[in-house]
Amino acid sequence: MLRRLLGAIALSAALAAPALADEPGPGGSKPPVAKTGEEVYRTYCQACHMADGKGAKGAGAFPALAGNERLGTTGYVAFMVANGKGGMPWFKDALSKEQAQALIGYLRTHFGNNYKEPVTAADVEAFGQRPTSRF
Amino acid sequence: MDTGRPTPTRRQLLNAIGLMGGTAAVYQMMTTFGHAAETRFPGPPKLDGARKGSTVIVLGAGLAGMLAAHELEKAGYKVQILEYQNRPGGRNWSLYGGDKYTEMGGATQNVGFAKGNYLNPGPWRIPHHHKTLLHYCKAFGVELQPFIQFNHNAYVHNVDAFGGQPQRFRSLAADFEGNVAELLGKAIDQKALDAKLTAEDTDRLKEALRSWGMLDKDMRYVKGLASSSHRGFELPPGGGVNGAPKPSDLLPFDQVLRSGIAANMAFFMNDEFQTTMFQPVGGMGKIGEGFAKQVGHLITYNAKVTKLFQDKSGVSVTYTDNVKGGTTTAKADFCVCTIPLTVLSQIETNMSEKKQAAIAAVPYSNSVKIGLEMRRRFWEEDQDIFGGHSFTSQEIGLISYPNNNFFQDGPAVLLGAFAGGAGGYRLGGMTPEQRIEVALQQGSVFHPEQYRKEFLNGASVAWNRVPWAMGCCARWNEETRAEHYQTLVAMEDRIVLAGEHASYVGCWMEGSLLSSLDAITRLHKRALEA
Repeated sequence: MLRRLLGAIALSAALAAPALADEPGPGGSKPPVAKTGEEVYRTYCQACHMADGKGAKGAGAFPALAGNERLGTTGYVAFMVANGKGGMPWFKDALSKEQAQALIGYLRTHFGNNYKEPVTAADVEAFGQRPTSRF
Repeated sequence: MDTGRPTPTRRQLLNAIGLMGGTAAVYQMMTTFGHAAETRFPGPPKLDGARKGSTVIVLGAGLAGMLAAHELEKAGYKVQILEYQNRPGGRNWSLYGGDKYTEMGGATQNVGFAKGNYLNPGPWRIPHHHKTLLHYCKAFGVELQPFIQFNHNAYVHNVDAFGGQPQRFRSLAADFEGNVAELLGKAIDQKALDAKLTAEDTDRLKEALRSWGMLDKDMRYVKGLASSSHRGFELPPGGGVNGAPKPSDLLPFDQVLRSGIAANMAFFMNDEFQTTMFQPVGGMGKIGEGFAKQVGHLITYNAKVTKLFQDKSGVSVTYTDNVKGGTTTAKADFCVCTIPLTVLSQIETNMSEKKQAAIAAVPYSNSVKIGLEMRRRFWEEDQDIFGGHSFTSQEIGLISYPNNNFFQDGPAVLLGAFAGGAGGYRLGGMTPEQRIEVALQQGSVFHPEQYRKEFLNGASVAWNRVPWAMGCCARWNEETRAEHYQTLVAMEDRIVLAGEHASYVGCWMEGSLLSSLDAITRLHKRALEA
């Protein structure tokens, strides 16, 4: 119940925010809620890191997650997903703790990565935050 | 509302104040009226007297870069522009039939629109107070036409309201306002506002609520000709024998609340989404083309910048030719760099650590736009919708109807999605074919009979996969503004950054232009001091 309430508050906060960019308008662009690690990856990550996790090149590059040794360190992955880096946005307010946990576990055990040690609740403390002010 | 005495016109009032208090008082009063506060554009810069032989290299032939080049060339600098793409305009862009577009990851689309039809993947509407942009559109001969921003007759759809049935904006808005007026009227009758308002003001408020909310004599919002005159009729007024109108049923208020209509109404109150808005005739890309008519002779296309260095003697930029290969190093006294931060943060440079930290501190938003070409204008012919947007809580966000060529036969292009946030990521992660399928499926909610039947072809742009932008717009927050913004915009030795990312008008062309003017004004001052 509390979570639902907090979710509702976060949503209303998002709706009440002033527009600071040319944007679609209120209420839209809600995808189905991603639950499994793979669903979270397909929803949020493959837009840049691509369906096969190999990243892509343009004027710059999106790094590959496939066969990426950095995924061996859970804390590193959690920090990057939570806070972003360079052009990559932060996801600490987009993903719940459960979604982050599922995603990081998925990344560490797919795309040629084989890090079996489970992702714990403590690893994803940073997630589930309220939306950040955008001004 | 006749007060029994003549009210002075605004001009009379300003004249009187001017006589009493001078210009400053007039300005103060104009600001109070909201007439002087809408723009930060001081007019085109008056830069002149550049030192003979001074050179500037501009990175990026988007609007910020091209404006910088134009004004600096006028001021007497020798200017060169390097552009990654084979076209000018940057994110100011239109896709037409015959265009080929390859996104990061390799998916290629061949746009199949009929002649004259287009998709504006990036900017698509211009607020009337974005005066820098409007000024240069006029100066560069870019013809503008109205952009139908607000259409009462378009739809609002929320999967959680009315069993997923879309409703007309006007009906939802009227029912929201009518119910709010009635409830507030009840609160007044229950003395809930007595502590806040005098009896006289309470009466005024009640009258206002009655006329605003279309309430009856008993302050009730009910089915009738009054409410129908806002929300629409069951049978609209006609002529002759059966001309009498029939009122329409009201929507259940709990469902009206669920629809989120208040947020849609608030959206249109946002100062950047208020009417009047404009678009260029023939596609947004006409603005970039207009700018390029001024500075096209300065642009080197297909130039991928790999290094940006500066020292006491000048700036050196290394770039490779995307098409022919080969590496060149160009030198100049100064540099205006408009490369999006997504890309710039991956370019080798000797700018200060603090500057590089600022460049790497600003992530980019994503958005996805999808154009759907339909065989005919069924939204006009069958549903009386002429321009404007139908909103949905689904991933596509909205569909938007073309603002030109009304009543014409032949194919027309709808904006089938403008998705941001999570929906933008998910659509962006799909193949172009999958995006079209989702757009057709979700957009069908508004036009179930016609949407798939009349569909001809489509094109999509997911901004995170645009090779030269790798994102849509800079996404600042309070923390990053405080820590990095001033560092980012500061001219560091010989290099200054410009673009929407270096402004508080983020994600608008106006922001890139205001940023550019500010940057070159400082550059010119620095150059004269050097």
